[in-house]
Amino acid sequence: MYQYDDIDQAVVDARVAEYRDQLERRLSGALDEDHFKPLRLKNGLYLQLHAYMLRVAIPYGTLSGRQLRMLGHVARQYDRGYGHFTTRQNIQYNWIRLEESADLLADLASVEMHAIQTSGNCIRNISSDQYAGAAADEVDDPRPWAELLRQWSSFHPEFSYLPRKFKIAVIASETDRAAMKLHDIGLQLVHRKGEIGFRVYVGGGMGRTPIIAPMIRDFLPTGDFLSYCEAILRVYNRYGRRDNIYKARIKILVHDLGASEFARQVEEEHAHVKTLGLDAPEAEIARIRDFFAPPAFEAGLCETLDRGDPDFALWVDRQVAAHKAPGYRIVNISLKPVGKIPGDASADQMDVIADLAERYAFDEIRVTHAQNLVLPHVKASDLQAVWEALDAAGLADANLDLATDIIACPGMDYCTLANARSIPVAQTLAALLAPREAELGELKIKVSGCINGCGHHHAGHIGILGVDRKGNENYQLLLGGSGAEDTSLAKILGPGFDEAGIVVAVEKVTSAYLAQRAEGERFLDTYRRLGAAPFKAAVYGETVNG
Amino acid sequence: MVKLLTGNALLRGDVLWWDGTGWSLSIADAVALEPAEGAAILGREAVGERISDLALIDAEAVDGRFRPVKIRERIRGFGPTVRPDLAVDEQDWR
Repeated sequence: MYQYDDIDQAVVDARVAEYRDQLERRLSGALDEDHFKPLRLKNGLYLQLHAYMLRVAIPYGTLSGRQLRMLGHVARQYDRGYGHFTTRQNIQYNWIRLEESADLLADLASVEMHAIQTSGNCIRNISSDQYAGAAADEVDDPRPWAELLRQWSSFHPEFSYLPRKFKIAVIASETDRAAMKLHDIGLQLVHRKGEIGFRVYVGGGMGRTPIIAPMIRDFLPTGDFLSYCEAILRVYNRYGRRDNIYKARIKILVHDLGASEFARQVEEEHAHVKTLGLDAPEAEIARIRDFFAPPAFEAGLCETLDRGDPDFALWVDRQVAAHKAPGYRIVNISLKPVGKIPGDASADQMDVIADLAERYAFDEIRVTHAQNLVLPHVKASDLQAVWEALDAAGLADANLDLATDIIACPGMDYCTLANARSIPVAQTLAALLAPREAELGELKIKVSGCINGCGHHHAGHIGILGVDRKGNENYQLLLGGSGAEDTSLAKILGPGFDEAGIVVAVEKVTSAYLAQRAEGERFLDTYRRLGAAPFKAAVYGETVNG
Repeated sequence: MVKLLTGNALLRGDVLWWDGTGWSLSIADAVALEPAEGAAILGREAVGERISDLALIDAEAVDGRFRPVKIRERIRGFGPTVRPDLAVDEQDWR
């Protein structure tokens, strides 16, 4: 893992000191709320429905045991004993007290963490593949490049006031576990003629106007990595709309110009930026890369497992993925127990996972955009011990990518922007579908409480969008989305439903799938083969045409 | 339509309700205000800036009590519906 150097630490410590002064001035009355609000937001502190909410950045979703233990400490000391892992691989706390917020940030800084750039129209936390460094199919480790972007984008003076917020994802496999094409910039490391470089996608996103990012460069040499990203941001910063918040994301600019014209402008800008010496020297890239060197994997390890315990065997089958190193496995930890809140973890659970990471996983934990956690490097021979410890902590659910592994944003239970509650819908659906989840197979259900789409409803095989309909919660049903390498945008099936109705509608959709699927088809495959009509008929009967 | 006056405590962020003489953590203590009366209190309370996001919200009478018209404000008053253990008031937000 990357470790702060003196400059990184000094920057974060100075930011805490600056914020402490700002907070003291606010509490003394020297600063009024109008002036203080943007300052606290720049440190990730929002005022939400019930209290202050703090969003903490987890760079490319990577944590050490010490850091996760600190997140547990924050939950225990400053919040109400739990945290909520988000679809951007961050963590949010819902009950923060303003008067303690500087102390909290100081505690985070002590383990190389902060909440900077988790709000505002700037470059947000860089996201990546939770299997980075462990996946057999990656062409290189994407994390050094994500770290380089983190350093480049942190306090970038030119990009602190962009037209709108900006999200970047970096992956290195053909399998997309980061919804890469649904980011403002998606970067995919690829091989070409013995060289590695990037496919560059720009202008994707969900929210009000969902768009799959078009590719604007099929091979970007790594030597042009930062200067090209700088050129993209410069074109956006110059021409992105600032007159209408709903049209201010880069996806609108790319769409309006056309991908080829946008690419031409980026290339033209890059020709200039390249001359400025922005790209990191090879020595710096090598220095960063060293932090991500593979751990000391042991050779000659046993590959066989004792599958005598059926619960353990099921967990292995569903939660454990192949690893590039013989004798090792990737362990997915579900934060989706049926009936609980998707993405929530208690302070005690965070402690347990931190301990397991230190003991069994080379001190690494990953956060996934699907609101689960990962231990990336576990010996096959240690799986039984890990499972037993997880089971004792209520963390051994075996439902990865199944119908109960539902993404849900905080919704109107916590969020001021939401128009409807997300979590209760997810909980009810999980309880309903749990008995059939094995039969249903891979089924990604995603629930958002408003059009901003933090619950990624547009990328759901089944997506649910909560809206306000004459003062009442109403839920639209969308089908056919995917955030994986087969990226697609879900489409609205028909008129919306109340809270009870949306659950019935999803049940009908799943029953229609089971009745009509062909051999080996996932729900998404059946939907793509048959289209919306049979699902529309199942849900609405014959009353809805088209 | 009558109003309820609400805001968030500066120091802790708690949701507060005007109870006629001061601020209460419980929506059950909230008093209904005529719009002009509420606006006057809001203006007075805004001066000190110890309460954030002060707002007069629409309220309706239900079972002898006044409660917010909007679901969002009711959830804000009663607490997250999915964590009744963290609620500040009984979960009768519906």
